[in-house]
Amino acid sequence: MVAIVGPSGCGKSTLLRLASRLTSPTAGEISSAEGYLGYVFQDATLLPWRTVQTNVELLAELAGVPKAERSRRATEAIALTGLKGFERHRPRALSGGMRMRVSLARALTMRPRIFLFDEPFGSLDEITRERLNGELLGLFERERFAGLFVTHSVSEAAFLASRVLVMSARPGRIVAEIQVPFAYPRQAELRFDPEFATIAGVISARLREGIR
Amino acid sequence: MTALPQAWERPRATSKSTHNNSQRLAQIAAPLVVFLVVMGVWLLISYVALEPRRRFLMPPPQDVLVTGLLNPTNLATILAGLWSTTQVALAGLALAIAIGSLIAIAMIQARWIEWSIYPWAVVLQTIPILAIVPLIGFWFQFGFNSRVLVCVLIALFPIITNTLFGLKSTDQTHHDLFTLQGASRWQRLSKLQLPGALPAILSGWRIAAGLSVIGAIVGDFFFRQGEPGIGRLIDDYRARLQSEQLFASVALSSLLGLVVFWGFGLLGQLLVGSWHESHRSTE
Repeated sequence: MVAIVGPSGCGKSTLLRLASRLTSPTAGEISSAEGYLGYVFQDATLLPWRTVQTNVELLAELAGVPKAERSRRATEAIALTGLKGFERHRPRALSGGMRMRVSLARALTMRPRIFLFDEPFGSLDEITRERLNGELLGLFERERFAGLFVTHSVSEAAFLASRVLVMSARPGRIVAEIQVPFAYPRQAELRFDPEFATIAGVISARLREGIR
Repeated sequence: MTALPQAWERPRATSKSTHNNSQRLAQIAAPLVVFLVVMGVWLLISYVALEPRRRFLMPPPQDVLVTGLLNPTNLATILAGLWSTTQVALAGLALAIAIGSLIAIAMIQARWIEWSIYPWAVVLQTIPILAIVPLIGFWFQFGFNSRVLVCVLIALFPIITNTLFGLKSTDQTHHDLFTLQGASRWQRLSKLQLPGALPAILSGWRIAAGLSVIGAIVGDFFFRQGEPGIGRLIDDYRARLQSEQLFASVALSSLLGLVVFWGFGLLGQLLVGSWHESHRSTE
């Protein structure tokens, strides 16, 4: 799991768009591993007319996965993301955190080897965000995908990733790479570890240098 | 001719507390009071302002009720006319919906299609229907077909603009999601753009339905072959000074407009009420 932190407007999202080939580069080349890319957007990007169940099934449906198989995958992903019991709800009836879970579940149905996260928890309150961070790590343990996680939160980056890349503002460059030595699985209490604070401090200092 | 197409209706109050009983009562009572006042003014005009020989200009409401609505022969004639007009309006609306939706869908497929068609849709909207009545008569005779054509010409524009607006207002991130998944054009249209556009589309239908009723009645006036529609009856009653029937016909045509408006409101609630604000009934 690699996290990218940087000030807003430095091109973090553009990097993900390039990596997923949503945007073509103006110059240069991109090499990326073959295989399915999971992409979790800043918003949950759920379709408001679909229920949780059919929202989760969407990607498989677009890929032409037969009904029985995609419904099985959706049920599994819904259980993994703690959405059991909400299958028939529509997005408007869910909280921001729940919607984000649906979005995660939807990406999980395609069993991606690589996940791109574009500040998925940026708009959530801190309590929900930390809880989802923990759950995301749980999924990461179980499903063993690689993740590229864009965020502007230093503690989120340090908590989730084994490597943190720091970007500078205009021009957007990677100015530092910081190893986060803690082993997985990580517990929520890690956030209060003095060593964690030291690493967060280093990331934060690099980030400030980049802005200057 | 039309108001600007309003894609989103004003959201209704949804909180339960604002809908306690006394307010609900007032909501029913207030329009009733207005109705009674209007009736009073009407009676005053009929009996006080008009001398008996000029009373045909504004026959008192009870005469309209008795002669126009409760007399079985008159009522049967009026209802037959209303039914004929309704058929014209519905046929015109159905055609306008089919043609307008196809045009809007074609427009979002490529910029150049939108650029080449949209200005002509605006021109179509500005053609004064009355000015081309003789032409329509030449080409399509003076019967059912011409009346339907008038409805189509009137109802087409709001359907095109509302559908187009709805189809174009899809979120960019939703488009990205579909792009990442390699969705086909058809998947994008059927699973993303059309369902998302449904609230706007239904608003367009609602506006078009009202216009189509107007178009059918206008058509009745000019294309008088075949079964007489309500518009032609209204014109005949005017010519024969049968003002009780005239008033009754006007009242029933308004009722037709109202029923159409309600009908489409109900349809909207049924189709998108579960997820979209604009078509929710009070909870």
